[in-house]
Amino acid sequence: MTMVAAIIALAVGTFLIRLSGPLLRGRLTLSARTEAILKAGATVVLLALTVTSTLIVDGGFAGWALPAGVLVGGVLAWRRLPLAVVVVAAAATTALLRLAGIA
Amino acid sequence: MRSRLIRAIGPELLRDIAALAAGILIVGASFGAIATAEGVPWWQSTAMSALVFAGASQFATLGIMTTGGGVLAGVAAGLILNMRHIPYGMAVGGLYWTSLRSKLLGTHLLLDQSTAFALAAGGDRRRARIAFWTVGVVMFAVWNIGTVLGAVAGRFIADPAALGLDAALPVILLSLVLPALRDRDTLLAGLAGTAIALVASLFLPAGVPVLLALLGLAVMWRGTGSKKREAAS
Repeated sequence: MTMVAAIIALAVGTFLIRLSGPLLRGRLTLSARTEAILKAGATVVLLALTVTSTLIVDGGFAGWALPAGVLVGGVLAWRRLPLAVVVVAAAATTALLRLAGIA
Repeated sequence: MRSRLIRAIGPELLRDIAALAAGILIVGASFGAIATAEGVPWWQSTAMSALVFAGASQFATLGIMTTGGGVLAGVAAGLILNMRHIPYGMAVGGLYWTSLRSKLLGTHLLLDQSTAFALAAGGDRRRARIAFWTVGVVMFAVWNIGTVLGAVAGRFIADPAALGLDAALPVILLSLVLPALRDRDTLLAGLAGTAIALVASLFLPAGVPVLLALLGLAVMWRGTGSKKREAAS
């Protein structure tokens, strides 16, 4: 039930956010710097989410297999490999390490 | 009819969109599979994909809620991630700001990808409009088809951890932010914010640390003083 509430809240909120851009346009002019900071905010939240959810699971250290897989995927993504390759490589690394007995 | 459509869109744009669609189909399937692995029923992940239609925020909200972060933290994190759509709408909103139906549909199809493709068309408004709508509609289709496929397939995966599927979510998010991190100021803000979030996760409930990461943006305020003086003069 809480998930349904979250979906509705996120859907409505997201639609209003998407709507606000064209409505605000012309009414205020964002400086290039404000715009850069607005964009960077999304990036900062995403990066923090990536790193914390990679290193911490259920309030404790996630183990080595997960961060290793994410790191491998990250390097491939940095080298601009297709997203599908990145995801498969990351999952395969984590899976193989776990198979080898490394948590 | 079909060939006329292809001619109007252009083979080059279609090729780019096809590559993008394949990637997004897999990301959508990952979303559905992860949601199922976390115990979310398929109709809920599908409803989320259709109604929210913003991948990163869906992953974030799902991730926080399934790790016990609560509705408020989950939704807040998702909405903060979606704030980047405000400058998008300011940039390309004019393309669909015509009839009411077009406004409503265009608003829902405002994405990273539809914005990027529309901007890539440059000053040609007709091409920009074609790019925006084609990318938006194709993304909506593959994102939702992918979600359903993943959600249904996810039920047959006994142990997602053994397949390393828990690595999919963070690595997708990482891939999404990497291009932006090539900018030095953003990278510094990201590293500072991540450090804050990591320390905060030691004693704060899930979801909150990620939002505290926004404090890392403070490093970007260096030099705004001189900008203000410029504006005042």
